[in-house]
Amino acid sequence: MDNKQSLESTKHNRLAYDRSINWKKYVVIAVIILFFLLLYISSFGVQAFLQQLVNGIQLGSIYALIALGYTMIYGIIKLINFAHGDLFMFGAYMSYFLGNYLIAHHFKSPFIIVLIFSMAVTALLGMTIEKIAYKPLRFKPRLAALITALGVSLFLENFFALPPAEVPFPLNKIVFGPHFLPFPPLIADKTYNLAGISVNNIKILDVLVTIILMILLQYIVKKTMLGKAMRAVAFNKDACLMMGINIDNIISITFGIGTALAAAAGTLFALTYGQLQSPYLGIWPGLKAFIAAVLGGIGSIPGAMLGGYLMGISETFATSINSNFGYGIAFIILIVVLIFKPAGLLGKFDKEKV
Amino acid sequence: MGIIKKIVNLAREYYKFILITILVYGLIEILNGTIPLVPRLLTRYYMQILTFALINIIMTVSLNLINGFTGQFSIGHAGFMCIGAYTSAYFTTILFKAAKMAYLPQLALFIFSLIIGGLLAAMAGYLIGLPTLKLRGDYLAIVTLAFGEIVRSIIRASDEIASFLSRLGLVKFSETIGQINGPRGLSTIPALSQFWLVYVICILSVIIMRNFIYSTHGRACLSIRENEVAAEAMGIDTTRYKIIAFSLSAFFAGIGGGLFAHVLRFIHPDNFSFIKSIDYLIYLYAGGMGSISGSILAATGLTILPEFLRVINFQQWRMVVYPLLLVVLMLRRPDGIFGNREFPFLVPKKKEVN
Repeated sequence: MDNKQSLESTKHNRLAYDRSINWKKYVVIAVIILFFLLLYISSFGVQAFLQQLVNGIQLGSIYALIALGYTMIYGIIKLINFAHGDLFMFGAYMSYFLGNYLIAHHFKSPFIIVLIFSMAVTALLGMTIEKIAYKPLRFKPRLAALITALGVSLFLENFFALPPAEVPFPLNKIVFGPHFLPFPPLIADKTYNLAGISVNNIKILDVLVTIILMILLQYIVKKTMLGKAMRAVAFNKDACLMMGINIDNIISITFGIGTALAAAAGTLFALTYGQLQSPYLGIWPGLKAFIAAVLGGIGSIPGAMLGGYLMGISETFATSINSNFGYGIAFIILIVVLIFKPAGLLGKFDKEKV
Repeated sequence: MGIIKKIVNLAREYYKFILITILVYGLIEILNGTIPLVPRLLTRYYMQILTFALINIIMTVSLNLINGFTGQFSIGHAGFMCIGAYTSAYFTTILFKAAKMAYLPQLALFIFSLIIGGLLAAMAGYLIGLPTLKLRGDYLAIVTLAFGEIVRSIIRASDEIASFLSRLGLVKFSETIGQINGPRGLSTIPALSQFWLVYVICILSVIIMRNFIYSTHGRACLSIRENEVAAEAMGIDTTRYKIIAFSLSAFFAGIGGGLFAHVLRFIHPDNFSFIKSIDYLIYLYAGGMGSISGSILAATGLTILPEFLRVINFQQWRMVVYPLLLVVLMLRRPDGIFGNREFPFLVPKKKEVN
């Protein structure tokens, strides 16, 4: 009798109930992943596998950095900031200009200065955009802000792609032009060979910078008063007003932090590939990072990191098999994940109140 | 007797609509130089822009069915367009060589291929409608985006698919699939989309979609937009209506894609990327969600505007001015130009219920 009652109570205990379901799911997922892993290793060899893993982690950290910005901005004002990819591009160009200037003035490896400068300038641009384009629409229909974000994105791309020679005086100093530009070597390139796997010091730097920024962000969001205010604004804006939190400032700062992360990602991206194709280069990394953010559960910071790495690694592997296949794989993974976990891997649904 | 009465009723209901469409068509034909003595003002270039405007009207109104009237958020409309375009081009260019046919069979084949393309797109819409069982808002948006990109990457991989099919033994079929020319683009499509045909199809599809919106089913879709929970409480099968809206919208998008392919005469998977979907979203929101008149005006206006800026020698700046106008429009009128209003001739008369 007693025994039966305790069984009943475990069934109604939510935590225990959840655990009993998840256990089987994870085993199935692990078996599927293991299967693909073995398939890959058996057809391409261990060395190729490890090499692609390294490449994937490097690409994934760039995606994760962009996705963090997406997710922070989405978390606080529920806006998919389509201009984020273009702020990524802007950050890359800013570090291009300062990097060239410093190298011309005999700085040996100005990476850190360049990174901080580009993050700061891009954060300023992001905050300005928020003030001009998004703030007036804060209490209007959400989709109006979305279209504005699209407009801002198109504007940034096309404005900075104007050729400087055909633009009147004060503006021709600002625009970048549609040309291909070689990115200055902010750090001397060294390639290490570890058991047949080539690891570049820039790749290591990418991962290191990403992890440092993530820890910093996690610290800001979880441990400081500012982070507390940010979480409060994301939770309930009206209550924040009553508690004396200046929501305009907090939203501005969140935009600043998000765009600074995008700029860092842009700098790392440009440094890794050694080139800037054109001011349109932010579109696809931005889109993929957005997908990564949704994959991890948009609005959740650990989710963005997880989604970014998952996206980067799966894309590298699929591309190594077939380049056309690699393009679509990210999207297929996304759909599969969303069918089984509709709020993303680590996201939560708000219960709809009637 | 009954038939005559029906025809009279139909004429009474549609006479304004028919008058306006005939007037617009007559005006364009006169400017096109059909009547002798009147100089030809619209060159072939202008006529092509107008044809694109008509196709964009079909696309925008069909997107309006999902985004404006059912309240779902789809940003992968170009995927449906891509399916329609490739299917109809497959029929007219690869399977049947329409270029060598006489006029009438050519026309019949073209219309047949358009309908097949529309049906295939509608099937895809049905498939995409299924996950809407679970997903909401931005998650649905990202799945539709992913869908569009998956379609694109499948077409890019057409060579691999062809070789796979030939290994299965379907040699004839694999040859025709191979002629799709995935990443190289399908060219030599016959120019079958004459202006009058596109005009007629555009008007027919607008009428069909309008009638759908003002029917019982359309009202069910509207109720989903207004409040999904309440709609469900009133006994509306929300999933079913979402899927109906998706499939119908995809059908017309497929037809639009088929027309597009036969105007442009060269299609490439990159024509139907995310950027194309964004164009339609912009037309839709600029015109006003849930307003057919708004969609028609905005699609026409915003197709002509960039070309107009090109004509008045604004070439470099046109893509900068266009997004700026969009941002200003959204800041000034967050509900779009028309909001929820309609031209009177587009609204059917309310029937008296005794």
